Amino acid sequence: MFSPDIKYTRFVLFVNGLVPAALLAWDVYHGRLGANPIEFATRATGALTLIFLFVTLAVTPLRKLTGANWVVKLRRQVGLYAFFYGCLHLLTYVWFDKFFGAREIVADVWARPFITIGMASFLLLVPLAATSTNGMIKRLGGKRWAKLHKLSYVAAVGGVIHFYMGVKADTTIPILFAVALALLLGYRWVKGRMDATAKGATLGIQTPPR
Amino acid sequence: MLIKKPDDIKSSEITDKKLYLTRRNFMRAAALAGTTAATGLVYRRFAVPAPPPLKGERIENVQTADSTTNFPPPPAEARTSYEEITNYNNFYEFSTGKTEVAGAARGFVTRPWTVAVEGMVQRPRVFDLDDLLKIAPLEERVYRMRCVERWSMVIPWVGFPLAKLLAQVEPLGGAKYVAFQTLLDPKRMPNQRSGVLDWPYVEGLRLDEAMHPLTILAGGLYGETLPPQNGAPLRLVVPWKYGFKGIKSIVKITLTDAVPPTTWNITASDEYGFYANVNPRVHHPRWSQAKERRIGEFSLRDTLPFNGYGEQVAQLYAGMDLKVNY
Repeated sequence: MFSPDIKYTRFVLFVNGLVPAALLAWDVYHGRLGANPIEFATRATGALTLIFLFVTLAVTPLRKLTGANWVVKLRRQVGLYAFFYGCLHLLTYVWFDKFFGAREIVADVWARPFITIGMASFLLLVPLAATSTNGMIKRLGGKRWAKLHKLSYVAAVGGVIHFYMGVKADTTIPILFAVALALLLGYRWVKGRMDATAKGATLGIQTPPR
Repeated sequence: MLIKKPDDIKSSEITDKKLYLTRRNFMRAAALAGTTAATGLVYRRFAVPAPPPLKGERIENVQTADSTTNFPPPPAEARTSYEEITNYNNFYEFSTGKTEVAGAARGFVTRPWTVAVEGMVQRPRVFDLDDLLKIAPLEERVYRMRCVERWSMVIPWVGFPLAKLLAQVEPLGGAKYVAFQTLLDPKRMPNQRSGVLDWPYVEGLRLDEAMHPLTILAGGLYGETLPPQNGAPLRLVVPWKYGFKGIKSIVKITLTDAVPPTTWNITASDEYGFYANVNPRVHHPRWSQAKERRIGEFSLRDTLPFNGYGEQVAQLYAGMDLKVNY
């Protein structure tokens, strides 16, 4: 089975993850983001957050379908990139939209489900990023850590709903994101059901007679 | 005991360590460069820089902003640049991406063009566009434009009061509203094939709003004919209302006695009302309308009631609850 040099692959991934941010910064610097660069940056970083989050959710299906177990060693880095772009996305709102006005932000989060859901989804990513070190995994124990990191499912669902609510009429792209997420989560559900059935069969458990 | 060394690989066939390392480094560099370029290209596929704008044709004999007929005086704020006005548009008939409309609308043919003015009028008539633009002297009107999405511009339109057109057809006593309709032609407006909105786009005004001297039909901006993305060849401009009331590429105007349906109200009636007057105290369910981003500026501006035209138009709504009639 092919298994690359993980250390170097992580480096390649690190560079690739910075590419969108670098190009975005380049476009800002050269004034190439059109009439409303802030709106553009908000949308781009928001989409990138979801994309990186989806890539972390694609790791398990990819492993199980192809047997390429080494990909799991890259997941944490991808997840941290999701958090990184999430922070940038939040920053565009907190800075360029609210100019760090705490009262205005609280009022907005309170009054507008669109903002509430987006903010909640971001906050769910915070504990995941905070527990991403080897030390934290040890302290939590693998099982509890894995359970905690299932929050990424909730964050992804919330993020897609937030995206859907953010558009005025053309919901094509948010719906494509929703379909992708449904496939990623649906795979887990189906696989879980199939594994449970298979386990039942090997243990000789049979449906009770009526 | 003699142990024979395996000699199935001749020493001459073993790759030189130096070469092996060079090859490995090459592969690594290629992987890095290849994936980075691919990521960059994928990103570029979705973040496309705007194309250079097309220029319109110069319009002759426009009465400029400092001429006495102009009403009211232009805002003190700087005008938004031509590049920004013509590359940041909501015109769903072409694209739902504001920076993509200009490219998608390129080559939109606006001649020949007719505008039918009918309904509850004494003299219904189908105007040829070139005749219609001669009804009244063309004036430059520098207006604020406030989009319901919280961005705004200052645009030097070229047009004439809608009242002058309505006077030509003589509205009947019972006429209370004016309905407008955009061209319906999916061959020329490709995004009309999608179901994003109910086509054709329709808008409406109360007759007194339509007759107000601030309400104009515009055929140009910055002294030139309108580029397609801004609503060529003829659009409505109602500066105290949110931008979506300014229906583009008009082909029909109908006088009626009932409130006409309006496209965004049909799409989401809790978010977009018939009046759609700019109002910093009535918020969109998903965002506050208290402030706006003037295109080209970094910080936000306070949104003004009636977009700063309250002195001229507030009396039209005397006694009305604007929270209900949003």
